[in-house]
Amino acid sequence: MITTVGPFNATSSRSTRFLGLCLLLGIPALILFAFIFSPEDDSMEDAVRLLYIHVPVAIFSYIAFGVTAVGSICYLWKRSRWWDTTAHASAEIGVMFCGLTLVTGSIWGRPTWNTWWEWGDVRLVTTLVMFLMFIGYLALRQVPASPEARAKRAAIVGIIGTINIPIVNRSVEWWENSTLHQQSSLTDGNLENLTLFTWFLGTLVIGITYLWLLIHRFRVGWLETEEERLGYGAAIEERQAEAHGLDVGSTGIPEEGENE
Amino acid sequence: MSHLGYLLAGWSISIGTLAVYAFFLLRRGKRLTEKVPPGRRRWISSTEEQSRITDG
Repeated sequence: MITTVGPFNATSSRSTRFLGLCLLLGIPALILFAFIFSPEDDSMEDAVRLLYIHVPVAIFSYIAFGVTAVGSICYLWKRSRWWDTTAHASAEIGVMFCGLTLVTGSIWGRPTWNTWWEWGDVRLVTTLVMFLMFIGYLALRQVPASPEARAKRAAIVGIIGTINIPIVNRSVEWWENSTLHQQSSLTDGNLENLTLFTWFLGTLVIGITYLWLLIHRFRVGWLETEEERLGYGAAIEERQAEAHGLDVGSTGIPEEGENE
Repeated sequence: MSHLGYLLAGWSISIGTLAVYAFFLLRRGKRLTEKVPPGRRRWISSTEEQSRITDG
């Protein structure tokens, strides 16, 4: 059967098209609110506008790695390919979000703290460690092995890597004197309405982005495994045909030059 | 607006990275879909969806 697909509808469905439409409306709205409608901060001035993207991507990197941990635990429990594919998909997106958290945080830190990076800051360093751990998770998945062994190894690393999430999140309270980061502004009640709304909008838009990417990445991962299986199937058929050809040809003893 | 350079850098890197990743993800999906028959794509549930993809 010949399958014809449009340029971008291969892994799409009604749900992803709906989420995509929400993003097409949500991203320009977020930019408008972040740059025009929301007020500047008293101490950070306009640098606060970077936090409308920095904080949501940080939150969803935690969520993405959390989903990887859940997927990994469920894989070890049920041995289901569905969970393994979900864990892998979420880890890849989590790494991208975590990388963006580090980059946007560094850009925000320059005008606010007068430094791009501070090795003494416990949150920066723990976030970097988390980023590197999940890079390691993705690298481990590329190591040649049987699909079961690969999934099992990755699941163990996925669970270990997630232990870092509460450490990163609570580091500002646990090591109060070893961080430039402030404690959560959300809970102290000092945020203006439009600031708060823009922050929520940013979280919603990044949340939808995560979900949209996760669904597509899951389907790509599923297709990769199917392609791998089809490849194995074709190779086995080829070998069987070869063996069959030799049997039919004579007494089963290959003729000279037949195996070359 | 103060710190405009930092703002533009931070936002454009973020949106640019997401857009580039999404583009390559969709392209990878398209390439793989051409190799894998529709019956093996578990998210295609309705017959309407099946025929839309098979007929182009």
